[in-house]
Formats: sequence, C-alpha cells, structure tokens
Amino acid sequence: MANTQGTTGLLGWIDDRFPLTKMWREHMGAYYAPKNFNIWYYFGALSLLVLINQIVTGVWLTMSYKPSAAEAFASVEYIMRDVPWGWLIRYMHSTGASAFFIVVYLHMYRGLLYGSYKGPRELIWIFGCLIYVALMAEAFMGYLLPWGQMSYWGAQVIISLFGAIPGIGDDLTLWIRGDYVVSDATLNRFFALHVIALPIVLLGLVVAHILALHEVGSNNPDGVEIKKKKDENGIPLDGIPFHPYYSVKDLFGFSVFFLFFALVVFFAPEMGGYFLEHANFVPADPLKTPTHIAPVWYFTPFYAILRAVPDKLGGVIAMGGAIVVLFLLPWLDRSPVKSIRYRGNIYKGALAAFTVAFLILGYLGALPPSPGRTLLAQICSLVYFLFFFLMPIYTKMDTTKAVPERVTYK
Amino acid sequence: MRTLIIALILTMSPGFAVAAGGEGYHLDQANIDPESHASLQRGARLFVNYCMGCHSAQHQRYNRFARDAGLTDALVQDNLIFTGAKVGDRMENAMPKADAARWFGAAPPDLTLTARSRGTDWLYTYLRTFYRDPTRPLGANNAVFPQVGMPNVLWELQGWQEPIYKTALNAEGDETQVLEGFEVVEAGSMTAPQFDRAMRDLVNFMSYMAEPGALERKSLGIKVVLFLILMIVVFYLLKKEYWKDVH
Repeated sequence: MANTQGTTGLLGWIDDRFPLTKMWREHMGAYYAPKNFNIWYYFGALSLLVLINQIVTGVWLTMSYKPSAAEAFASVEYIMRDVPWGWLIRYMHSTGASAFFIVVYLHMYRGLLYGSYKGPRELIWIFGCLIYVALMAEAFMGYLLPWGQMSYWGAQVIISLFGAIPGIGDDLTLWIRGDYVVSDATLNRFFALHVIALPIVLLGLVVAHILALHEVGSNNPDGVEIKKKKDENGIPLDGIPFHPYYSVKDLFGFSVFFLFFALVVFFAPEMGGYFLEHANFVPADPLKTPTHIAPVWYFTPFYAILRAVPDKLGGVIAMGGAIVVLFLLPWLDRSPVKSIRYRGNIYKGALAAFTVAFLILGYLGALPPSPGRTLLAQICSLVYFLFFFLMPIYTKMDTTKAVPERVTYK
Repeated sequence: MRTLIIALILTMSPGFAVAAGGEGYHLDQANIDPESHASLQRGARLFVNYCMGCHSAQHQRYNRFARDAGLTDALVQDNLIFTGAKVGDRMENAMPKADAARWFGAAPPDLTLTARSRGTDWLYTYLRTFYRDPTRPLGANNAVFPQVGMPNVLWELQGWQEPIYKTALNAEGDETQVLEGFEVVEAGSMTAPQFDRAMRDLVNFMSYMAEPGALERKSLGIKVVLFLILMIVVFYLLKKEYWKDVH
C-alpha cells in the first residue's frame, strides 16, 4: 500500500502512522533555501550545535554536581579532578556558554545586516529575541552554580536590581532569592531553573523559531524573496534543498567552529579571565565583597548601560529597555529594502555607529567605573537607543538602490 | 579632537585601570616549568613543610600528585605526609578554622586554587616580598598584600629584609613614599638565587595543584586540533563536491 508520500515497506508503515517522511521533506530534503548564503548564515546552525553541546555536557555535569551551598564549589573541583574526563566536560560547558553568546550575537547581527526581521519574518525575529532573553536567564542562573565569589556577588548585584522597582521591589528580591541574602535556597532554585525550566523553554522557542522560518522561507544576503520566482514544479529558481547542500556546508562550518572551540577548551579555558573569571576560583564568601564585581563578558554591554544612568531605577529601566527595544525592530525599520547591500549611506552609518557603541559598551562594562568611562558609556548608550528610536525616520529618508529580481550568485 | 582621542584611549586602557586600582608593587615573572618533576617535587616538599601547618589543599589528593610527579605512593607516604593521612586522602590539615581566625585575624585560606585566583606571578612575588614591620602584630608586612595577616614563615630560608623607599609624585602631584625594593638585614639559610628558585618550585607546585590535569589537557588538545584540521579539509572537499552542480 503506497501512502501520500509514496513510501512502502517499514518506512511506509511508519508514514501511515507518523509524518516521518513528510517532516524530513519539509525541514530537510525539500526545504528550499536560497543558494547565495554567505559566511553569516553559519551562525544559526552553529547556535543549534552549541545548544546541543550545552545540553549533553550539562546532563553529565549534573551527574556529579551537588547543588548545595556547602558542597557546590567542592563538587565542581571533584568534577575537575576525580571524575574521568570531568575536566573536559566542564570546560566544554563553560566555554560553550561563551561560545553560545558569540554565535548568537553574530546570528542576530546577520539579521541587522540583511533585514531578516522584516516582513514576513517578524515572528521569527520575536521568537529569536525570546530565545536571547531565555538564554541570558539561563546563563545568569548557571553562573551561580559553581558558587565562587563572582557567582555569588554577581547574582547578589543582579537580583538586587529588581529591588529598584517601586512598591514591590523588596518583596520581589526576597521572592527570587528565597532568603534575605543569596544562599543555599537561591542556589537550589537556580539549579532547578537552569537544568529543567529554562532548557524546556529554550527548546520550545527554538522549535517555534525554526517552524516559523520554514513556513516563510529563509531570507538571504540580497533580501530577495526566492518564492516569487518558481519553476514549473513550484520550486524556487534560486532555491536549493537544505539537504544535502546546506547540511554538508554546515558540516564544514561545524568543523571550523570546533577548531576554534577546541583551541579555547584545551589551551585557554579561562580565556584570560573572560570565560572563567579569576575571582570565581575563590569559594563564595557572603562576608567578603570583592573590590570589583564584573559580570561575564556577554552581559557587559547591558551592565554598562545600567551604570551609565545615575539613578538606580532609571538604570534598570534603561537596561531593560535596551533589550525590549530589540523586539520592536521589525516595526521601527521603514526601509523598502531588506539587505544592507541595497540600503543607502544613512543606514550604513547608523549601523556602524551602533556596532561601535555596542562594542565599547561591552568593553566598559567589564572595567571599574571612572568619571571618564561613565561619560563614554552615556554617549554610547545614547547611540544605542538613537539607532532604534530614530530608525523610523532615517530608514525612510535613506536613498536605496534597486533590488535585483533574482539573487546574485558568483 | 586629538585630546579627545587621547582621553578615549586612556579611559579604555586596562593598564590604566590597574594603575588606578592601587596595586602598586610590580610583579616579578614566576617562569615556572610545569613539566619538571624535580621542581614539582621540591615545591611539594616546601608546601607540606612550610604551608600545611596552617593551610590546607583540600581538593588535592596525595596520590594524584604522586602519579603526576612521577613518584610512588610509598615515597609520598614517607616523605610528604606528616598528618597520619592515607595516600589517597586529600591534603587537609588539622587546624580548627575558628582558632585560626582568632590567632591570625582571618582563617588561613585553602590554597588548592590560589594559583588560579591570584596568578603565578602574584604568588611568586608575594612569597618573596615579606619584610620586617614592627607595627604589625606578627612583625611582618608584605609588598603585594599590604597588612597581610600571615607571618613571615619563610624567614629561616630567606632571612629578614627591610624595605627601601623612594620618593615619587602621585597622581595629585604630592610627594609620597613608594616601595622600591628590599635589602637583606639578616641572612637566612639560602642565598637570594637559591631562595628565588625555591619559591619558583613552590609556585610551580601550587600551579600544578590548581589544575592537575593541565598538562594532559594540552597534550590531548594538540591531537584534537590536528584531527579537526583534517576534518575541515575533508568537509571542505565534501562540500565542494556536492556544490559542483549549483550554478
């Protein structure tokens, strides 16, 4: 008996009962992606790869880690010394956390370059922003688990930010910590959220992100909709099946990524104190505040925005706003074209200023504040927000070039 | 514009941050050799004799060190264990934390990971810059850890040294006394080069202890990197082969 997929035998038996071949075709074998993807298009698949790395290494770490204030720090050292290959699994997980943010930041930046958030891909962008928020929560809670000085005081500082919310602030921080200070209760709940709740949220959002992408189809460096030009079989003229073309291309991307990943894991797992902070090799001590508390590098741009505002509540609002504004991007951009290739100099200048401001903020957020640095952070924060707030105006004013009918390919 | 750029560079430079942070005394380079078993063994001997009276290394097992430093368990048991511990035990000590805190102002910290939190250069400099200071309760101060609670336990090796100050201008343009170096006022059992080598060995051992798997990590890393380079070539050719028919 042949079914709608035309499969027989065991596969046919399965296809009669479960959409195995249908799903394979929709998402791999007959998902047509534009043929002109460039290097920026590796980072989506790489994000998925790092997510898998984090889940697999995380499961194994959980087998030996003890989520208690009395035992957590020692259990991490136990993993590093007494568990066979424990050091490798731990470094893969700690390096993976930073690698996750590197590939996700590049993936998001790709969206800015080629207008991937513009219609009809607004929901893909929103799911992506939600993934980013969930990832920040996941990373923040994971960072408490080694129970080092920076784990402890970083969590203390970030949780205390919620105390700036008028009226409910103090009760809210108490509710988050489960205690009057960061303590065993906090560690236990962060562990539960880090290994169960947030991974489920992340995986669900990733599925939604990919389903939405495969519904509307991928954007590309030209910002041309390949579905507008189809052949007699309804296949986009500029599309190629994801499998095998992009699956083998991504294999190449994976191998290059793993090379860089291995260089860090095996030769510089601390990455000069940026991936594993030096102070985190000292066990958490609630009575001894470190002189300089810096968040891990991937939070520093937002930490710099927080510190740039003199008022605590204002700083929290600015930091939250810096993330919320990302969600609005599809509606702030009024340009008729998607890709930077066909945009005018105004957008290019704005994006360049935004990029520089974001990098400077990231750098400043890791340093102790000084009057000069605070001023610089204020200027960069202003640039960050103006990039978004003025976008409806400058993207309309900008002179754009004509977008070609078909994608450009060599 | 030019002043703005200079101000920007100054503001952003991490070196400036360190200078502003007040970590005055410059650090000497430890130049340890993690592959030298002899140095690690000498360092371990110093550690158990001079450090473990007060400090522990509670994450490090004796027999792990034996394995990594080319020693037998029996040699370690006879030469490095004075506490009645078994060779598979961790390097704990018997000093009660509460008493220690009363005696020294703060309980002596566990030293297993100090090389990773402070850095080897800091440790090497710290161990060599204790100096006589009658104003301190235990008679000694330290150049890189001012007002340190730890007494100068290495005096019988190094002897006693006194600080030499020079006059310098601080950021506000006021004259201040800056620690420049030391002069030995009472000889110890070691000469200065011997003591430097001993401290290098001790720091080498502490660096080993902070991450016993570091050498294994690097040697495995070379194999993994070579394998990945091979895979990159294979996958590149595979991709090229598949993409031949994309025009």
